[in-house]
Amino acid sequence: MEQTNFQLKKQDAQSDEWEAQLHHATKATREDWIGRGISYFCIGIIILVVASMLWFITSKGIATFTQNHVSLWKFLSGTNWAPDQGQTGALPMILGSFAVTFAAAIVATPFAVGTAIFMTEISPNKGRKFLQPVIELLVGIPSVVYGFIGLAVIVPFMRHLVGGSGFGIISATFVLFVMVLPTITSMTVDSLRAVPRFYKEASLALGATRWQTVSRVILRSATSGILTAIIFGMARAFGEALAVQMVIGNAAIMPKNLISPASTLTSQLTTGIGDTIDGTLPNNALWSLALILLLMSLVFNALVRIIAKRGQLKHER
Amino acid sequence: MNAKRTDLLATILIDLIVASVVGILFFLLAYILTAGLPHVSWSFLTGATDAFSGAGGIGVQLFNSFYLLVLTMLISVPISLGAGIYLAEYAKDNWRTSLIRSAIEVLSSLPSVVVGLFGFLLFVVKFKIGFSVISGAIALTFFNLPLLTRNIEESLSAVSRSQREAGLSLGLSKWKTEIGIILPVALPGIVTGIVLSAGRVFGEAAALIYTAGQSAPVTNFADWNPMDAASPLNPLRPAETLAVHIWKVNTEGLASNAAALSAAASAVLIIAVLLFNLGARLLGTYLYRRVTASK
Amino acid sequence: MNKGSKLAMGIAAISLLLVGCGKATSSTSSKGSSEALSGKVTAVGSTALQPLAAKAGSNFTAKNSKVNLTVQGGGSGTGLSQVQAGAVSIGDSDIFAEEKAGIKADKLTDHKVAVVGMAPVVNKDAGIKNLKMAQVKQIFTGKITNWKEVGGKDQKIVIINRAQGSGTRATFENAVLKGATAVKSQEQDSNGAVQKIVSTTPGAISYLAFSYFTNKLQAVSIDNVTPTDNNVQTNKWKIWSYEHMYTKGKPTGATAAFLKFMNSKDVQNSLVKDMGYISIHDMKVTKDAKGVVTQN
Repeated sequence: MEQTNFQLKKQDAQSDEWEAQLHHATKATREDWIGRGISYFCIGIIILVVASMLWFITSKGIATFTQNHVSLWKFLSGTNWAPDQGQTGALPMILGSFAVTFAAAIVATPFAVGTAIFMTEISPNKGRKFLQPVIELLVGIPSVVYGFIGLAVIVPFMRHLVGGSGFGIISATFVLFVMVLPTITSMTVDSLRAVPRFYKEASLALGATRWQTVSRVILRSATSGILTAIIFGMARAFGEALAVQMVIGNAAIMPKNLISPASTLTSQLTTGIGDTIDGTLPNNALWSLALILLLMSLVFNALVRIIAKRGQLKHER
Repeated sequence: MNAKRTDLLATILIDLIVASVVGILFFLLAYILTAGLPHVSWSFLTGATDAFSGAGGIGVQLFNSFYLLVLTMLISVPISLGAGIYLAEYAKDNWRTSLIRSAIEVLSSLPSVVVGLFGFLLFVVKFKIGFSVISGAIALTFFNLPLLTRNIEESLSAVSRSQREAGLSLGLSKWKTEIGIILPVALPGIVTGIVLSAGRVFGEAAALIYTAGQSAPVTNFADWNPMDAASPLNPLRPAETLAVHIWKVNTEGLASNAAALSAAASAVLIIAVLLFNLGARLLGTYLYRRVTASK
Repeated sequence: MNKGSKLAMGIAAISLLLVGCGKATSSTSSKGSSEALSGKVTAVGSTALQPLAAKAGSNFTAKNSKVNLTVQGGGSGTGLSQVQAGAVSIGDSDIFAEEKAGIKADKLTDHKVAVVGMAPVVNKDAGIKNLKMAQVKQIFTGKITNWKEVGGKDQKIVIINRAQGSGTRATFENAVLKGATAVKSQEQDSNGAVQKIVSTTPGAISYLAFSYFTNKLQAVSIDNVTPTDNNVQTNKWKIWSYEHMYTKGKPTGATAAFLKFMNSKDVQNSLVKDMGYISIHDMKVTKDAKGVVTQN
């Protein structure tokens, strides 16, 4: 009797202990909490950075309209950029940025797609061994080096070819073409590789030539991927600052033709920000240009998403 | 027959395109190296720049580039490691996660000049730290974080599910599984990503012009106390990097041999970036062999 | 696996430490700049003045090794707003603080440290050596577009202006355009770029500080006055400006000592001249912020 009582008591104590153990966090759980905390903290930092960047640039960028009472429409459509005299027409820069971006994308796309077809369809072996490193090297060349070569080679070349100073949209286009080429190429390669093998085999089995297969089957089913690649390339061109600034000539005038000097949002920003006083109209107007850059990168982002969604839908159907 | 002819024509056209792309790269490399390398010498690599003309060596700039790179990596690697683990392991598939992912995408697509101006606004205008190494390093971190985070997340997610389950079934915590089992397996990919991003950081200029500044004060390389003003390690001194120097010499340079100088500096920059690329590949394969114990 | 996991733990531990470190350095650094002002001088601003300030600064610290002096560029606007905000001890500027909107000039003390003369420069092909002041104005306002109209070759004029807001442009417009607006044209940020472009582009005209003249381009006389230091000193040559070092209120301590050094014979008679500036001591006239010139 006493013994069983004792045993029961002992069991009780033990189960209490177990219970306590079960109620307390184990070492593993605590580790998990710490780990979770660390990783949440890190992601928190990134979110904070993005949020404050958006907040600061937006609040600086809209000051032109809220504090200096420049009308938004006049800012976007005005063609006279002389912020020192209160003239803040940003259209020349906006057009300049779009002009060089589209021109570079138009020139680069055939080269990029051609190279990608070569790497995936014509000679995958050479593509992997030889062209892949070439593309990676092109990505790795810093933008100031592109700018330097533009200044040392392309600008004098253009000067001889078409006269004038050699600075202008066409020189900037050439520099940007080389800069976006690797971006578009490598992403196009990825999307071509993602085309299911049996599409190609089916087409070849039907007796189609290689070019017929490539142009009517492979390129068509990789369209959304290629479009995404082009948009990424355009985003890079739109935001590129120094290489463009070095060769475009920085004239805040409406681009009349491809050989006249022009300016882009980025080139105007890098030239002007150090000469303006914080809080004044010339400074705020430059921040508004930065805000346009920011909004455009959001637009490029959104475009990529829309295309990806469309592409998915097509494949599901 | 017609289809065959088109096929041939298309193939020839594509071959021409590829040849011209390869030609462009070789022209670029050959131009920089032939124009630059003859001017690269030991005194050029270690010498001081003449503040007035921009002529002279690139010793300080070269040091600044590496110092900024190291600082940037010290700040950005841990943060993106944590963030990458969060995305690969803890993030649930819901609206919040997709918001976080979009935020990272937005950060990665921002032009570097915008990132630089944000750094300028924050550190130089608001916090009044001035043009300094630390401002530059943090601006570069902003620019580096999204890419590194994505790279780490991808490398972690690529590790097979069974490895995770093995860890969890041994009673290890999720965190310990991630750190002890998944991370080592994913290490080759992560290291490759880090070294590649180092190449990008090394060549970046637009984000630095208004954060790390455009002047390279002569520093006393015998003084390694980070608190001393003349010490190369002082994080508060302005630090023009090699990439910024190239931009500056090209636009502002007065030296009669400005073109040769920037060609030489470009050659050094290109070689450094190439070494980073090569290093990334070699290190990646080496680590992969070590981790998988395959020959 | 064991080895690998240890390595990973190590990495994780280091990373944690580093997160902490990164934060720690950034917080101490923000403190460091506001402390110890007595021995610390920071000059920020004008890229044109930067080389002179940097050279003089290193000579100064060679004598006063306790003083911690940094010179940075960033542009006149940055210099003025930073000194106004009290972030730096000296704001370097190419123009009078009064000329910049948003700067409360009465809060700042002006220290003129050098004089810069500027002149129109043209490409050698244009065949131009002398112009009338009115002609220069007409060229830059777009009324004259071909060199033959002013006695040169039959060649289109390519205007290369300076960036808006830059000190060089402000000086040139004050002296030449006198309120008229320049025709929109290509703009370059820096002396180096202008020098390069004008010497290589047929028909190009721009303006440069005297120290940037080379034999590859033609400096233009105006109304038969040649752009020389002597003519600037007597104001016979009209296009010139001061280089300013602004302090917030009266300078003290090391800052005052450095400014005194900048004004000393040591600097003015050697360094200033070596770098192509004109010594403030040699000037026979004074110009005020409104552009009114008085004899000394």
